[in-house]
Amino acid sequence: MANPLKCDICSKPATVHLTQILDNKVHKVDLCEECAQAKGVTDPSGFSLADLLLKASLNPDTSGGIRCEQCGFSPNDFKKLGRFGCPACYGAFKGLLDPMLDGMHKGTVHSGKVPRRALERKSLYDRLTKLEVDLGEAIKAERYEDAARCRDEISQVRQAVDQKQLR
Amino acid sequence: MTIASLIDTPSELTDSASSKSAIVLMTRIRLARNLSGQPFPGWAKPAQREKILEACRAAVTATPVMKRGLAVTVGELGELEKRILVERHLISRELGGSKQGSGVVISRDQAISVMINEEDHLRIQLMRAGFQLRKAWAAIDDLDSTLEETLDFAFLPDLGYLTACPTNLGTAMRASAMMHLPALVIANQMEKVVRAVNQLGMVVRGLFGEGSDASGSIFQISNQTTLGESEEEILKRLSGVLQSIIEHEMNARARLLEADAGKLFDKIGRAFGILQNGHVLSSSEAMNLLSLIRLGVDLGVFPDAKRSVTDRLFIEAQPGHLQHSQKGEFEPGQRDLLRAERLRSEFANFGRPDFTLSANGNN
Repeated sequence: MANPLKCDICSKPATVHLTQILDNKVHKVDLCEECAQAKGVTDPSGFSLADLLLKASLNPDTSGGIRCEQCGFSPNDFKKLGRFGCPACYGAFKGLLDPMLDGMHKGTVHSGKVPRRALERKSLYDRLTKLEVDLGEAIKAERYEDAARCRDEISQVRQAVDQKQLR
Repeated sequence: MTIASLIDTPSELTDSASSKSAIVLMTRIRLARNLSGQPFPGWAKPAQREKILEACRAAVTATPVMKRGLAVTVGELGELEKRILVERHLISRELGGSKQGSGVVISRDQAISVMINEEDHLRIQLMRAGFQLRKAWAAIDDLDSTLEETLDFAFLPDLGYLTACPTNLGTAMRASAMMHLPALVIANQMEKVVRAVNQLGMVVRGLFGEGSDASGSIFQISNQTTLGESEEEILKRLSGVLQSIIEHEMNARARLLEADAGKLFDKIGRAFGILQNGHVLSSSEAMNLLSLIRLGVDLGVFPDAKRSVTDRLFIEAQPGHLQHSQKGEFEPGQRDLLRAERLRSEFANFGRPDFTLSANGNN
């Protein structure tokens, strides 16, 4: 043992070695005591985390140089922290996420509560933004009938937004 | 509300034990929520954390159930106060150790706590004494919907609620029950139960969560996965698992009584003797002794009303609570003396065990 194994997370000497066989492939993770504790690997149910680290490290090229546009997070940061930087990371690192999700949960598609009011609000705002752009364009192109229609719709949407906020 | 008054107020956890909570002491549900367009707490810069804390705190304290509660930042809490809140399951150890820009809002009755900037922007938690998954869900669902009126939560139709760690995606719900399983421990069956429960996609942990031991024979059983099933489906599955653990515990108790009642009564009687007369008790030994007394209550050796005493002492025997009641900080060795003193005085008037009742006292 000339080369003692180093922890995959923090590079301290590794004392916890986890080997799992998934889909006929051998996966190994080496962790130091602290990281193993922190990640719950010593907990028999913590296997999914090891799985997660592995798959992340096995797929380095799928999202090599990508960074999340919103928060600057990189796949390397995920390897280090085991957590994402911001909600937009889920879109930015889809290639990294999909293999991880496979087997982590009961399924891969959400079925459950939906924040209905927040989504309604968002769609109203999106609509408003679009209408304002349309209005500007219509005025510029001197399409006054279109502009009038946009203006009416905008005031309707605004009313709807106000009503939502009053509740 | 101040932290001092909160600590001295009875809580859902310590003061509502009845025969209904014989095996399931407490039900707990937590939801993770994040604000859309904002970095998760672990990646946010200090100024962003402060801004998120402010926004969340304003929204949470404006809800009717949290209005008159306690809202503090982690920086405002002393070490002992943090420890007490951890022991009451109102904050996590992680939040207690977090940097600037974290906080918690706790309802007056201490049934609800909302941690801000822990692993996620919001960790909403609700506790109910006894086995109350459905009621707990209805109440926390309500609070979550109220918060949604003013906060934009990060959500995608296919992945559900977006969380810092992908293991919480989807419903972002962790539902758990705190169970007292002394007979399964005495009969050496816990390992088997843990394995079976794991296979059903549920997790077993000790009283204080990840990495804690199971002193006092108290375990937390919760769902492992959050994506692909609705909240109701998860709760139904968990409920089924809990029901079957309750049955196993009841069977184990019946078998212990049948096989060797003398041996079981000896354990309970000795526990009572040590609690009444011991002079040095570590928190883990105290927990184990109290667990046997609680089993005694379930079996009818002590009156039903004493169950709430053991449940209160489970918490009050913890280092933080002990030091708070003794008004000072003490070394572990000293604490063991103080703890024994405290328990001696509690058990001086507890009433003697009556081992003749036990045949018909089984719940």
